Amino acid sequence: MADKPSKAELKEYAEEADAWFKENTVRDPGFMLPLTFMEVSTDEQFDFLREWQRKVYEAGYLGATWPKEYGGGGLHQDFQRAATRAMKNHDAPIMINAIGNGWAGPLILDLGTEEQKQKFIKPMLSAEDIWCQGFSEPENGSDLGNAQLKAVKDGDDYVLNGSKIWTSLGDRAKYMILLARTDFDAPNKYAGLSFFLNPMDVDGITTTKIKKLTGEYGFVQCFFTDARVPADCLFGGEGNGWSMAMKTLEYERGAKVKPVGGYFVKELDVMDIVELAKNSMRGGKPLLDDPVMRDKMTQFMIDIQALNLNNTRRRMPQLMQDRPMGLPLMNKLARTDLIQRLTEFSLEFQGSKAGYYVGDENAVDDGYWHRSYLNSFSSTIGGGTSQIQKNIIGEHALGLPKTR
Amino acid sequence: MDNLGTIGTTEEQIELLDVATNFCRDKSPIEKVRALIDDDLGYDPDVWHEIGELGWLAIAIPEEHDGVGLSMAEVVPIAEQMGRNLLNTPFGSSTLAAQVLLAGGTDAQKLEWLPKIAAGTAGTLALQEDNGDWDLSNIEASGKVDGDNVTLSGKKQFVLWANSAELIIASVKIDGELRFACIETSTLPNGAFRREAVIDETSRSFELTLDGVSVSADALLDASRTRETLEAIELAGSLIHSAEMTGGTQAVIDYTIEYLNTRKQFDKIIGSFQALKHPTVENYVEYEKSRTHLYSAAHCFNDQGRGEVAVRMAASQAHGTYSHAADRAIQFHGAFGFTHDCDAQLYRRQAIFKGALNGDAAWHRAKLSDLLFD
Repeated sequence: MADKPSKAELKEYAEEADAWFKENTVRDPGFMLPLTFMEVSTDEQFDFLREWQRKVYEAGYLGATWPKEYGGGGLHQDFQRAATRAMKNHDAPIMINAIGNGWAGPLILDLGTEEQKQKFIKPMLSAEDIWCQGFSEPENGSDLGNAQLKAVKDGDDYVLNGSKIWTSLGDRAKYMILLARTDFDAPNKYAGLSFFLNPMDVDGITTTKIKKLTGEYGFVQCFFTDARVPADCLFGGEGNGWSMAMKTLEYERGAKVKPVGGYFVKELDVMDIVELAKNSMRGGKPLLDDPVMRDKMTQFMIDIQALNLNNTRRRMPQLMQDRPMGLPLMNKLARTDLIQRLTEFSLEFQGSKAGYYVGDENAVDDGYWHRSYLNSFSSTIGGGTSQIQKNIIGEHALGLPKTR
Repeated sequence: MDNLGTIGTTEEQIELLDVATNFCRDKSPIEKVRALIDDDLGYDPDVWHEIGELGWLAIAIPEEHDGVGLSMAEVVPIAEQMGRNLLNTPFGSSTLAAQVLLAGGTDAQKLEWLPKIAAGTAGTLALQEDNGDWDLSNIEASGKVDGDNVTLSGKKQFVLWANSAELIIASVKIDGELRFACIETSTLPNGAFRREAVIDETSRSFELTLDGVSVSADALLDASRTRETLEAIELAGSLIHSAEMTGGTQAVIDYTIEYLNTRKQFDKIIGSFQALKHPTVENYVEYEKSRTHLYSAAHCFNDQGRGEVAVRMAASQAHGTYSHAADRAIQFHGAFGFTHDCDAQLYRRQAIFKGALNGDAAWHRAKLSDLLFD
């Protein structure tokens, strides 16, 4: 464990980070920047964000807590928190390599071999190696445990057949964390699953872009046709795929491996919405003179403030005793639903101009709000739908019986 | 937005949380709550005495007035646990009366009453009137000053625990100005009180007739501090009510979960049905937001500007969440939920009562919107 810094050390570091982000942050590169790693659509967006992550990493402001011997900074997590805060304060663009840094990296650091750590960690921090996630299948979305992509051991290889879908960055990734079925006769569906650190640049793996409801691209369907990958891509042993996949979810809470830092999804700035509301008119009067709109906006402020404070409360065990899993488990559900309702609400402000979309010169904020609302579904559906989240919270935080 | 608060705790607050959690659970089992519904006094005098002995009424009273010298932040965990266990006593109204004296009382009034309340004497407020308006300045009751004497007239409603209080602080208009008067209940004529039938059967509430009541002029609170007095009533009152409601919300959700985990229909534990599970999760999420707002409000209570925003957020969230969680608790208990024997109604009724006393969720949002957007 790295030492906890003194106040003076931390202050100095925070000032350096602040100065660095002040100097290096580009907020408007001349094209629209993705708000989340799931929205990277064009080559210029991809190149820009990849380069940005490299720069942040090389400056020491990403992976500051990860072990030095594998490319991290080896520092106490207070340093990374300060760096992430500086990033936020300067409204810096997102880190692009979400699956690598948020899911695969912690898993490898926790359970990987020395060789795997040496091989994978540094290039994922610098975004040289982009990672994607192969969990969902066309026929198995919420029922992840039923994944059917077939992996058959053949000599020193596994031969893969099947398809994965909704894969963000799937056409740009070098590796995929892949959930595949190695045993079709296992006693239950979970026991037949195995987990792979799967290379994407092999014969037999092809991708097809999927057009999103926004009209943009950003995710793909991956087809595996007799694709041969080396057997040492298997991670955690045959039959342990489900527990590996579940582990990746644990890391999100940062208990076992210190979080890598930065953010992969840009928080909506609520003040932008308040500004939009203040500048909107209805019936010849300012929108916020309308008591109904005022009441709704106030309710949103209460909700936003609760979720922001929840993040602080999560680190206060004295206020977490009754159901310690509650706040960590509800965060995704509460936050993604709120963003969806809030961006939808922002369209109500715009009167007739709610009819414009990205690409029209009359669109409010270049269509940012429409795009944000439509894209918000990626978070309420992806990574376990809100409905599945409610099952998880009900079962794991409230102790209600499983839904079958 | 720079008037949004933060969250934090004090060591004393957490110690009190632990002690209050055990005390309220032990002293207020549900059988006792129900037995007290039919009791005239409405609470167990021995428990009330113990609360005084524990010094809980003295917490937010300064040491110079024989108090403990902590703040409203440390009152919060106690009120929360009381609400959670439906342990209803004059604790809230007495604590509030002390805060009102601190905000607007004269030195003599503070010297006389604060040590008494700190030692366990109950006090209460008389604010509401027949117009039902939560705007506390919209009142008809009045006082006429005649030399050293103030003759009061009018009627006040929802005077909580007046049967136990030695001190009532009543709002009246004197020469058109809002003022507050200390009334000793021992001086009131017979028949001044009428017990009200209120929706929360665990509470005791009275109508007070002021006609024919007079107090001396030095029983009036400081005229130059009326604004601060009003603010103390609204904010300290909202904080206490929010704490009680948040505790109640936790209890009603736990009560619902217990039923969902035991009741079987169609050969299944009903908690496995998503039609029941998902809304329960939604209510639980809202409950955690209530608790977060509550402890933020406790933490920011004394910050100028931030305090009011945090308290009104807590009050709005607490009332909305308590109401809905208790409403669903009745529904999810099926036909049993329709009976008086099912505890769900206790919580639902209390949520209505708390909102009626202190302003409902929409009222606090309306107040908040002025603070946030204007």
